[in-house]
Amino acid sequence: MTEQSRLADRESVIQVKKMNKWYGDFHVLTDIDLDVKQGERIVICGPSGSGKSTLIRCLNRLEEHQEGDITVNGIELGDNVKNIEVIRKDVCMVFQHFNLFPHLTVLDNLTLAPMFVLKQPKREAEATAMKFLERVKIAEQANKYPGQLSGGQQQRVAIARSLCMNPKVMLFDEPTSALDPEMIKEVLDVMIELAQEGMTMLCVTHEMGFAKQVADRVIFMDAGQIVEENEPHEFFNNPQNDRTKLFLSQILGH
Amino acid sequence: MTTVANQRVQPVSGTTASRSWRWMRENLFSSPFNTIITLFCIFVIWNILEVILSWAVINASFGASKEACEVAAGACWAYVHAMYRFLLFGTYPAAEHWRPVIAMIMLTSGMLLSMNRRFWSPWLAVAWIVGFIAVYFVLAGGILGLTPVRTSQWGGLTLTLVLAVVGIAFAAPLALLLALGRRSEMPLIKVICIVVIEVFRGVPLISVLFMASVMFPLFLPTGVSIDVLLRAQIGIIIFQAAYLAEVFRGGMQAIPKGQYEAADSLGLNYWQKTFKIILPQALRLVIPPTMSTFISLFKDTSLVVIIGLFDLLAATRAAVNDPAWRQEFIEAYVFIAIIYFCFCFFMSRYSNYLDNDLKKSTSH
Ligand SMILES: Nc1ncnc2c1ncn2[C@@H]1O[C@H](COP(=O)(O)OP(=O)(O)OP(=O)(O)O)[C@@H](O)[C@H]1O
Ligand SMILES: [Mg+2]
Repeated sequence: MTEQSRLADRESVIQVKKMNKWYGDFHVLTDIDLDVKQGERIVICGPSGSGKSTLIRCLNRLEEHQEGDITVNGIELGDNVKNIEVIRKDVCMVFQHFNLFPHLTVLDNLTLAPMFVLKQPKREAEATAMKFLERVKIAEQANKYPGQLSGGQQQRVAIARSLCMNPKVMLFDEPTSALDPEMIKEVLDVMIELAQEGMTMLCVTHEMGFAKQVADRVIFMDAGQIVEENEPHEFFNNPQNDRTKLFLSQILGH
Repeated sequence: MTTVANQRVQPVSGTTASRSWRWMRENLFSSPFNTIITLFCIFVIWNILEVILSWAVINASFGASKEACEVAAGACWAYVHAMYRFLLFGTYPAAEHWRPVIAMIMLTSGMLLSMNRRFWSPWLAVAWIVGFIAVYFVLAGGILGLTPVRTSQWGGLTLTLVLAVVGIAFAAPLALLLALGRRSEMPLIKVICIVVIEVFRGVPLISVLFMASVMFPLFLPTGVSIDVLLRAQIGIIIFQAAYLAEVFRGGMQAIPKGQYEAADSLGLNYWQKTFKIILPQALRLVIPPTMSTFISLFKDTSLVVIIGLFDLLAATRAAVNDPAWRQEFIEAYVFIAIIYFCFCFFMSRYSNYLDNDLKKSTSH
């Protein structure tokens, strides 16, 4: 309950109202309602194909929605290109497969967007980049190319690249599922640190330990709908919906 | 890094001679069958070499005199000696031959400098435009007291180089625009680019040149005429740009969707995404086919002969018909074949070098 009160008087950063999306005839997302408060940490889980990626990709317009409203920082996310540009400055995404730019060094990966999108001078961008590289404990790799790093290191670079944009919200799409087990922890540690510093996060993940440790709210999706949402303790110990129970029994094994 | 590199090198020992002996034993004579193939190849190569050598060197006449040539059984290099100016400069006025020499030096050194990655910047494009204007005035004259020389008098290797270098320099950016246009979501631009690409790829260069020289003037208002060299040049540029556009587009299609999404999610706009993220990777992928297109452009310039321009090949054909000499066509063709080969082989080596160099710098 203390968690709830921590967020009670915060402003909403993202508001989704009755959002629907189709791929052709296929109804991927049905009547999604979601309100994300400043500083809130949300974990989204659900079976494969339930629309988790599609949902968070709609939040920075990598995918278009067809019905309903999405507002980010009070700005309507629609066809307006200017609005999309403004929102993307504030909402950054970390991908399952890192998607670093292979032809640029780690440092250039981090400074590119701040220099061209935020118009920061090169020096400033580089100083910020080094600061975040140090935070993800990888500063010594600044002049290497992504292809020369391990998966875990690449994902930490990708997180640092997003941080350099000084985003208000960070979206994570299964950031650890392409990693070998021994590298998962180094990435999760970075994410936990971020969460503790108050970053607003929406994270699609199957790392239930992470959810229990940092989430303010866990959302369970199935077949394009939000089936159940609750704070983690209740969610894991006292799931209401049968589909949630089934999913949890599968994912937690035994 | 160095330790890794060292481990890769095979342990080698012994003198060069003993090492090459070992290499031969391992690669050429490893089995009886292999040995037979090796010996057969040596036999064939030797027979071919012998014919070439006896014609080009042993039985050839190297003197400058025409009479020695009449009796020599092999090649008559005096012929090339007598004709080389004509092959290099065509019908350009003899007293002014230093001008095409300067123009050729400017063009080749410009190409050589541009091959160095250190000079790759927007300024390079500016330098090329200035360079082309300078080359034009060196050849055409009419300023600074230089005698005017009409473009119809430009010829030989000079003309080939002008057509090829200007062709490459303008076809590449045009191809880029066509490729981007074809991938664009704006229907009108997309349709225009598809039509240009498909039309020019669908017809032979000869007909493009022919249309440029015969049909194009019909579209101009009477009294306005465009130089035939310029028309041929434009024809070559659009034709090669159409091919190159498809090469570039192929490269862009090979870039994974994740790169576009990462660029989008960082808030880069279309041009930033295209020029900073997609093109640098896409162009890198298509270096070999791009270079092939340039090489074929270089050789295809010889087709301008059909609209009356006098390039290297046309000059050679004219030289061969000179009644003063016995019909020494082989020597002349060998000579220009060597010239063409040198340029094309160099481009091909450069393509390899660039490809490896870029790969080396971004991965291990
Ligand atoms: N571009 C597309 N065109 C058509 N259908 C799509 C497209 N992208 C996704 N889908 C479908 O939409 C549904 C939701 O996909 P989504 O990627 O959001 O699932 P997910 O919950 O992220 O699954 P996973 O856990 O496997 O990543 C799936 O059934 C998928 O097949
Ligand atoms: Mg997914």
